[in-house]
Amino acid sequence: MLRYLARKLIIYLLTFIVAVTIDWAIPRFMPGNPIDALVSRIALMPDANAALTSYFMAAFNLDQPLWRQYLNFWSALFHGDLGRSIMLFPTPVTTLIGRALPYTLGLLLPSILLSWYVGNMVGALAARRKLLDNSVLPLGYLLTATPYMWLGILLAWVLGSTLGWFPLAFGYDQSLKAEWSWRFIGSLLYHWVLPFASLFMVALGGWAIGMRNMIIYELESDYANYLMALGAPQRLVRKYAFRNAMLPQITGLALQLGAVVGGALVTEIVFSYPGLGWLVLSGIQNQDYFVIQGVFLFIIVGVLLANLIVDIVYVVVDPRTRVGLQGDAA
Amino acid sequence: MTSTTGSAPASPATKTGRNEILYFALRNTKLLIGAFVFMVFLLGAIFGPMLATHEPLTFDAPPGLPPSAGYWFGTTLFGQDVFSQFVHGLRSSFIVGALGGITAAVIGMFVGFFAGYRGGIVDEVLNMLTNVVLVIPTFAVLLVVAAYLSVRGLGTEAMFIGLTSWPWAARAIRAQTFSLTSRDFVGMARLNGESTLRIIFGEIAPNMSSYLVMTFILLFGGAILTAATLDFIGLGPTDSISLGLMMNYSVMNAALQLGMWWWFVPPGLAITAIVGSLYVMNVGLDEVFNPKLRAL
Repeated sequence: MLRYLARKLIIYLLTFIVAVTIDWAIPRFMPGNPIDALVSRIALMPDANAALTSYFMAAFNLDQPLWRQYLNFWSALFHGDLGRSIMLFPTPVTTLIGRALPYTLGLLLPSILLSWYVGNMVGALAARRKLLDNSVLPLGYLLTATPYMWLGILLAWVLGSTLGWFPLAFGYDQSLKAEWSWRFIGSLLYHWVLPFASLFMVALGGWAIGMRNMIIYELESDYANYLMALGAPQRLVRKYAFRNAMLPQITGLALQLGAVVGGALVTEIVFSYPGLGWLVLSGIQNQDYFVIQGVFLFIIVGVLLANLIVDIVYVVVDPRTRVGLQGDAA
Repeated sequence: MTSTTGSAPASPATKTGRNEILYFALRNTKLLIGAFVFMVFLLGAIFGPMLATHEPLTFDAPPGLPPSAGYWFGTTLFGQDVFSQFVHGLRSSFIVGALGGITAAVIGMFVGFFAGYRGGIVDEVLNMLTNVVLVIPTFAVLLVVAAYLSVRGLGTEAMFIGLTSWPWAARAIRAQTFSLTSRDFVGMARLNGESTLRIIFGEIAPNMSSYLVMTFILLFGGAILTAATLDFIGLGPTDSISLGLMMNYSVMNAALQLGMWWWFVPPGLAITAIVGSLYVMNVGLDEVFNPKLRAL
């Protein structure tokens, strides 16, 4: 078990180093000079110009040798310094991310977990049941093929714009003050429904199809045949099949995280939802590179942490990893 | 992804084998429906731009018109022809899908073949690399890379998508190669003193060709989806129109509030249909190639 987790940890550590290196290298080695672009942009705001120019020089330490720049980057990272936003100048990027993060997590966690749970249930039910399967399978493929933002757009158009049941934009009613009152919480929930629903539905299809295929595969295996030959009830055979089919689905959960996070970002953009996606979009529109890079690092760390949690869950769920037999190959 | 795992490497292809595959392919409704939908959009991408009477990005039409005889898909808020944008966007999607899919397939095959065939330290290193790229949220990487490119073309976009989407393919191909490497005919080839490249491309690859085809199909669809997402976030090609950009423009310019459905429905519908048809084709091909699945 320790070997299994240690192996995974090494991969995550390596991934983190690679990601930070990418984050460091891209502004320095990409064609064109982002600092020039930044400074020329800021020249439009004369009072901020001098302060920012010197700030950039300090932040990038461009006069120092590359290896020292690299070390500085790491040291700043460990001090929790992701730079300052350009569009909202003196605000540190970490503050902006901290403000946006609850919204993104509030969308992501429920939609990932619920779609995974419901999708597995639906898929397990549909497997080898002709009638249900004939509707679940095509619908599942349709949903996985749908771009996240398009389903969001459709929901916003039909339920928001045409029928007027749900708000089209923002995280809460803009006339309210952000505070812990029932009215505000109600408004938060009301604005949360559509973005959540679109994320949930797109992710649902993939899980249902995956589970359906796994159950069919398991029902063809020797142990299932043996159980059926013994005359075990269908329910019992399916239960065993389900428990075995869960394992690849747990691994799949870790693999899909990155895609779902991407989906959440674009869904937020559709609904002008004030999470990380919206932050990235304004970062892109204002060429606020520190914000984009900060969000990048944050997503990486979040996905790696989530992967680690999934691994620990896997060890708990799959006894083979505990006794040293190879469960899921790392 | 999971749907391809069931197919075992087919026996060496013979003439009768090919006829048999054609026989089952022509009787597989999933494959036929998928191929039909795919072909419709492919033809639209090839010939559509010739039919379009307007340039996709010029402002020469009355703004905000619903679909009509003059403007088949209506016009945008700024007086651009949506039909023209749509067919040009289709073309972009197919180009990105093909280039991105090919890039990812080539890398995935290279890594998978060598890791699976060589084993040992080569396998360890390549496997580590695969795992790292697999864990990284590639979308976030694409975001940062694209944000720093001030000029972006379809080619660069496709290349970066290909460079980040290969790991699962490499993993799957590695596993298949692993099982083929222990077969007798590979051992014979080795005894004959054939080179590694010859064994991989002459002995191993042809015996998993069906698998490779299906992998490419999934990579193709994935690249189209990723490109649309990137374009939507505002990091698409700067020199042309794409389906994702159309959705971006429509949402950013209040098409939702104005109820201009003809602006945002066609691009999303096209992506869903193309990617969906690829997935369904993939399932159909799986049934055609894998005799175990045929009996159903």
